[in-house]
Amino acid sequence: MPLEMQRLATRRGIECDLLTAGDGPDLVFFHGAGGASPDDPLLAALAQIFRVHAPVWPGFGTDETETAIEDMLDFTLHGWDLVDALDLAGPPLIVGHSMGAMIAAEMASVARHDLRQLVLLTPAGMWIDAEPTPDLFAMLPFEMAATLFHDPVMGEKLMTGGLDFDDNDALTAFMVANSRRLGTAGKILFPIPNRRLSKRIHRIGVPTLVVGGESDGLVPPNYIELWGESIADSLVVTIAEAGHMVHVEQPQAVADAIVAFAN
Amino acid sequence: MLPGAEPHSKHVSNNGAVGGPMKFVWFNLMPWPDLPDNFREDHRSVWVDIDSKLFDPERANGLYHEYMDQLEFADEMGFDGIGVNEHHQNGYGIMPSPNLIAAALARRTSNAAICVIGNSIALYNPPIRVAEEFAMLDCISGGRLVAGFPVGTPMDTNFGYGQIPALTRDKYDEAHELIIRAWAEDEPFAFDGKYNQLRYVNCWPKPIQRPRPPIYIPGGGSIETWDFCLDHDYNYSYLSFNGHKAGRVLLDGYWERVAERDKDESPGRASFAQIICVADTDAQAEELYAEHILYFFNRCLHVHPGFADPPGYRTVKTIKAGKLGGLRKENQEMFKTLTWKDLVEGGFVIAGSPDTVREQMEQMIKDLRIGTVFGLFHMGDMPDWKTRFSTQLFAEKVMPSLKNIWPELETDDRWWCHPIEDRVRPEYTIESARARAQMQSQPSVGPEGVV
Repeated sequence: MPLEMQRLATRRGIECDLLTAGDGPDLVFFHGAGGASPDDPLLAALAQIFRVHAPVWPGFGTDETETAIEDMLDFTLHGWDLVDALDLAGPPLIVGHSMGAMIAAEMASVARHDLRQLVLLTPAGMWIDAEPTPDLFAMLPFEMAATLFHDPVMGEKLMTGGLDFDDNDALTAFMVANSRRLGTAGKILFPIPNRRLSKRIHRIGVPTLVVGGESDGLVPPNYIELWGESIADSLVVTIAEAGHMVHVEQPQAVADAIVAFAN
Repeated sequence: MLPGAEPHSKHVSNNGAVGGPMKFVWFNLMPWPDLPDNFREDHRSVWVDIDSKLFDPERANGLYHEYMDQLEFADEMGFDGIGVNEHHQNGYGIMPSPNLIAAALARRTSNAAICVIGNSIALYNPPIRVAEEFAMLDCISGGRLVAGFPVGTPMDTNFGYGQIPALTRDKYDEAHELIIRAWAEDEPFAFDGKYNQLRYVNCWPKPIQRPRPPIYIPGGGSIETWDFCLDHDYNYSYLSFNGHKAGRVLLDGYWERVAERDKDESPGRASFAQIICVADTDAQAEELYAEHILYFFNRCLHVHPGFADPPGYRTVKTIKAGKLGGLRKENQEMFKTLTWKDLVEGGFVIAGSPDTVREQMEQMIKDLRIGTVFGLFHMGDMPDWKTRFSTQLFAEKVMPSLKNIWPELETDDRWWCHPIEDRVRPEYTIESARARAQMQSQPSVGPEGVV
């Protein structure tokens, strides 16, 4: 069942789409640089247990608000503005994927008491000199699936919705959306996805689940380990037969891990 | 005549005349001439992550001098300008700092405009550095600077120098504002920018040309750049390697925009880069130059396409207006299969006898409505003698008859440099220049102990 689309406005006046579903404890989900989808299978699975709130970042929806977000602090405070705008009963469980996890970790570092628990799915935001990660920004559209998915053939279909890259109009539409999404993401991920979270990560004080994908080509296992080591109260889980897009490749396994952790 | 056998004649140049007719700039990209035959097959890219083992510093010693000699030769041949540009980590451009080359040229020439097209102003922190260095060049050259402000290619700006694609244009705009103000203002001022916070902006030295040298904006097709040029009356310089036939489409769009904006249609508003190869006959042109031009297209333009268009670099407006065929798999192989015939017929190269070249150049200048041509004479691994042969034929047998295509430019001096008359010229020895300086100043005694 697709999620319900609503609108949300922050105190700063930035409006965005908000995907919601389910009933239960509040869970705020921050999507990654790939964007948000009402058909996201992980959100559907989580909605069986939680009240899921998934706001859409500037640059990723139809609102052309991305010029308002320029750096890590802008993203971090916008994240908290979104949570405030949801007007929840208490501190929520915050789940982020990739870039969304990077922002969620920053949020948890600056306002360490304002959330209940934290889940980081294949998080971006760390850098290991000895093991540089692939440059997503220098990849061609048809090269991305192999880096992001355990099953690249299925991955390419998921990414493009069967779009034919040799059709110029389709390519243009894809490039416009891609340019807005990754252009915005580039403000914190380009050229190296490291905005010095390592100086603040010790402040994360809530129980944290770090989820890796066994065959993640973008955030490989050593990075997941580093996340686990950097956060005091953390649990690391690695999902089999999943790449960076762990939430679409193994949604039930990820949902199960989150539910087990939250309980 | 045997190519290169006859010593060139010394030309009387235009003496850096103010304003005036059609301008021809002799441009050197400074390519690396020793990329291996298997470069395209065995290397990913000529730019950004080019194999640094291919660079031989001792070879570069001779090469830099050869390339600078050619630029000086172009000055002697009477070209209106000599042109340099900025690229980083690039196998077809070993000139990360064009200002260094320009400074050397300013010392060894006194006629041609020094066209630095340009400095990627978003890359310098603070960009006041560009204001200072350009002011130095203008002073050293006696007001011969033509200043270029490129946004910079993604290869240089984003992948080489790490600027965030979506913020590059914003940073560029701020750098531009700062530089123009730094040149124009007579008092120190504070600049509270987003990317540059400077409590005391005080450009010292100032350029001879006030409030600023003529500004050329190299563009590759961004819609926003057109309006930027029109907002400030800067020259829009379309620099591509695809030749005048492909360039026509884009420049037609530019001129439509000029009309929409109710701006005058001075040809000085536009310039274009064109590969030019002149020989005694059309057949000789192919015989002499084909291999070097093909070296350029097959090896020097072998750029990993993922470096060409990082998300956020181009605006949505430009993407929608642009053609993105270059990102399709089959089109990435296009240059590989181009032949000399394709290149000539497609207008990538204007090549042939002086008559052939003159006829095509005239057509190009009129079709594109350009007041300045950036002539690319040295290309790829072309040897020095061929470069000079082509250059000399162009200067003697082609250029003169093209100089007056736009009579209206005679009185429209907005687009070219304004050198001072009594500037230091290299034909004076350094001693005579010093003597001249001493004659103009009183003997003075400096404060003791101050270094």
